[in-house]
Parts: sequence; C-alpha cells; structure tokens
Amino acid sequence: MNSLRLTLWQVRYTNKAYWRNPAAAFFTFLFPLMFLVIFTALLGHGHIALSGHRISLSTYYVAAMASFAVISASYVNLGIGVTFQRDSGILKRIGGRPLSGWAYLTARVIHAMLMAVLLVIITAVFGRAFYGAAVPAGKDLVFFVVMLVVGSASFCALGLAVTAPIPNAEAATAIVNATMLPLLFLSGVFIPIGDHAPAWIQWIGRVFPVKHFADGLQAGFVGSAFHWNDVLIVAAWGVAGLLIAARYFRWEPSR
Amino acid sequence: MVDEAAIGATPRDDHGYAVVVRGLTKSYGRVKAVEGVDFHIARGEVFALLGPNGAGKTTTVEILEGFRQRDGGEVSVLGYDPGNPQSKLRDLLGIVLQSTAVDPYLTVEEMIGMFAHFFPHPRAVGEVIELVGLSAERTTRVVKLSGGQQRRLDVAIALAGDPELLFLDEPTTGFDPSARRGAWEVVRNLAALGKTVLLTTHYMDEAQYLANRVAVIASGRIVAEGTPATLGGRDHARPRVRFRLPAGILPPAELVAETDAEGFSAFATEDLTRRLHTLTNWALDNAVVIEGLEIIRPSLEDIYLQLTGGVTAQDPDLPVDPVAEGSR
Repeated sequence: MNSLRLTLWQVRYTNKAYWRNPAAAFFTFLFPLMFLVIFTALLGHGHIALSGHRISLSTYYVAAMASFAVISASYVNLGIGVTFQRDSGILKRIGGRPLSGWAYLTARVIHAMLMAVLLVIITAVFGRAFYGAAVPAGKDLVFFVVMLVVGSASFCALGLAVTAPIPNAEAATAIVNATMLPLLFLSGVFIPIGDHAPAWIQWIGRVFPVKHFADGLQAGFVGSAFHWNDVLIVAAWGVAGLLIAARYFRWEPSR
Repeated sequence: MVDEAAIGATPRDDHGYAVVVRGLTKSYGRVKAVEGVDFHIARGEVFALLGPNGAGKTTTVEILEGFRQRDGGEVSVLGYDPGNPQSKLRDLLGIVLQSTAVDPYLTVEEMIGMFAHFFPHPRAVGEVIELVGLSAERTTRVVKLSGGQQRRLDVAIALAGDPELLFLDEPTTGFDPSARRGAWEVVRNLAALGKTVLLTTHYMDEAQYLANRVAVIASGRIVAEGTPATLGGRDHARPRVRFRLPAGILPPAELVAETDAEGFSAFATEDLTRRLHTLTNWALDNAVVIEGLEIIRPSLEDIYLQLTGGVTAQDPDLPVDPVAEGSR
C-alpha cells in the first residue's frame, strides 16, 4: 500500500478514535459555541469600528470564535493529544517504522484540519441562525477558504512542534494552554482590541500568528479588506513549526 | 521509496540464525549499559534473556529492534543490520514493548487492523485474535479490557504484520497467575507456528516454562547461557534428599544426614539412586514411616541469584526452594 493510501486509510481510524473520546469532542466542539454565547451575551451589544468598517459585535464574535475553534482543533488538540500518545508509547510503536509513523501523524493533521473546517461551518451556521451574523460569501469566501486552510495547517504544524519541549503528558495541557491563551487575549479573539491598545499588545499581534489568522477569517465574515500579508505571516509560522517538528519531534516518552 | 541499494537492505546469510550478536557495547554518557554482549538465537527458537533491572536487557533488545544505536560490536537480525533505518527489517519484526501502548478508544479488532495495514503481508485479523485468545472481546473497546487482556492485545498487534521474529519485553509483568498462564499459552502457540521469540523476563518460572535456551545478563555482560535445565551447571549440582522421621528416631548414620530444628533431615549426594535405596530399605526394615520425602535440585532461581549476585544467594548444593521439576 502506498503512503498516500496508507495515510487516508489511517484518517478513518483517527476519526473513529476521535469521536469515541467524549472529552476531546466536547471541548473542541462545545467550547467555541459556548464562548460565542457567553461573549455575545456579555459584550456583544452594539457595534464596533474596525479599520473604517462598522460591524456588529455579534458578527465580530462569530468570526473570532471561528478562529478560536480552528486553533483548538489544530494547535491545542494536536499539542495535547500527540503528547499523550507519545507518553503512552503508541508513537514509539508506530514510529518504529518510518513510513507508518509519518502516515499516522499526517492522518492526525488531515483529520484535525477537517475538524477545523467542520467547526467553522458549525460556528458560522450557529452565528447566522441565532445572531444574524454575516457569513463569508462570493469573492470573500475564496480568500476565507485560503486563510482557513493555511491557518489550520500552520497551527497543526505548531501543535506538533510544541510537543518537543513538553516533558510529559501531565504537563501537556498546561504548556499548550499557557502558550496559546495569552495570545488569544492579546490578539483580540476574546476581547476586541481597538486602535488605542497599548503598543506592546499591538506589537504582539503583529509578531505572532494568532491575530493575523483571526483578521484573515474576520475579513471573510465582515467583507473588509483581505491582506495577503496575514496569510504569509501565518504560513511562515507554519513552516517554522514544521521545521522544528521535523528536527526535534520525539517518538518516545522522555522517561 | 526505500533505497534498495542502501547498505544493509539485502539480508545476509546467517546460517540458520535469526539473531547474531558479537561484542555489543552501548553507553549512556559515562554509564556503560552493555559491555560486550555475545549470543546467537537459532531460527524457530524461544530464547529468554534474564537479568535484574538495569542489567542491560532492555538496552540490548532495543538495539536489536532498531530503537537504539549501538556504540560497538556486530549485530545481525534476520540477516539485517538493525542500526540501518532503511532496511526492510521492520516489516519482519513483531515488537511488544514493556508498557502497553494502545489507543483506548478503538476496539480490539480495529486496533489490530490498524497496525496490520502498516505491513506488506499482514496476517488475517481474525486469525490473530484467535491466536491470543481474545475472540470474545473482538468488538470490545481497548479501554474496557483487563490488564492481562491488554497485554494479549499488545502481542496481537505485534503479530499483525505476521513477523518472523518476535520481541517480548517482560510480557507478563504485573499479571495475576491465571493471566500469566494464558500469556504463556500464547507464546507456546507462537513457537508452534515456527516463530523465533526473544523474551526478556525476571520470572524464572516463565523462562523455565517457555524458553529453549536462556542467557543471564548482569552488569552489561552475559554471565551464563544454556538450557533452563543446564544453566550455570544446574544439572551437575548435587541433589539433596530431605525427609522427616518420627520423633526420637535417628536416620542411619551412614547417610550423614543433618537434622534441623523443625525435625527435617537432609543430605546431599552424588549417588542418588543408591543412597535413596539405603534410606527406604532402612525404613522398611525398621517399619519407620518417612514423611515429606523429596529430592531437591537447585532451582533456576537459585542459579540465577547466584549468577547475578542476588541478595539471598544460596549454596548451589543446598537449595531451599523445591521448584517443581516437572513444569517443563
């Protein structure tokens, strides 16, 4: 069996195992919707001015939670899940044969990207139905899909990269969340960041990939200008993640 | 994809040996884990590597499996060099690691099927399940299996690719007695299929029951090698006869038996048949009832403890633990 078929076959097993793990499915699928309801209830009244556009806060949050959902499904899910599999010895057993090891990991990445797309669709439909939020359409939809695919792939690569410095499964949840939660706050995913935010926060938004990714998805939802810069910066982070993973990824538990 | 011309991609002829190890060395920093290990395993043989924790068992096995690179020495596994990651060797090996490594949310059948797909010539999943005795659990999720069943699943996964050589690293550690018996039957089934098995264990009864040949490794070296019956000169050690006589009756003086505080008398002998005859003849002539008569040879465990410098090292002539001789 060639490596492509092997990988696609493996996606089926990844998918089965995924849906039978209620905790993972719950967190990944319910959190974005729950946060959407909470944030719009607390902060979602009225409108916000974003680079000349006046958009409703509910639309803002639908877009923001779509970004959050993608990052959860890719970076958080892989960073924690793959570390657990490494610690339990599954990766050692599969990775002992190079072809099967990479097929196994690639299948996880493909599956995570599929889940990310599914989550974005669910979030958009939910936002449209309950908050009357705009959804990407027409030319915006094309850019939106580009950002979505590049973003989910890049955050998957970063998820694989982050497993390298994580010592063991117990530390995985803490480290993955500690590296992502502050960025989500500082990148305007949970709380809108206006033009008057402190310079250091704006600087963080420019350097790290989260704000670029969120802005890219947001452009699709609100019809604002789409910047290829955002795609390139996210992709650059993805490539960096891939290089780190290729160099430092460990198949065996560290103990 | 695999470069056939790469060094080690073609198996060499090892004259019927599945594994050849010569002068193997491996250090971790300053710690010498393996210091010149030599052994051979014939094809179709069940070979047990015994040794205390930290003796170098797992390091040796992981070098053979290709998980570790050796520092020095010659290693050939099924004619391939396991240090060469390009070799096709992996397709021919079945590996059961020390820890159970399975995805908890898949079923037994799915788990074995998943691994089978990674191999070019897998064995039928149903066959593998039957071989390890998990037929009743084929649609059970792995998370719901007992410890013994999970270990059997580990073996099943190792068998999925229909390997020629199986590595079982402490396959029954933590098992209850009946689960161990079950696992042993699985290994016996494998041997009956003609598979070569390399087993590591620190259970002597396990080695005695399963292995055709055993090697004892201590401080990174092989200190003894042989069949379970002959290891460390076990077959040449003098047997001991032990028995109890009614109170007040002394054994015949010619037997030179010593009597302990519990009233048991014992003597060691080179000439078992004659001495035993002397004892029973004397008992019949004098109408003495002999209680608890037994013949004791040093158990594999006694030999092992002696070889590895175990804490309760016994004089091989005076073993205390009568391991059932008939268990093999």
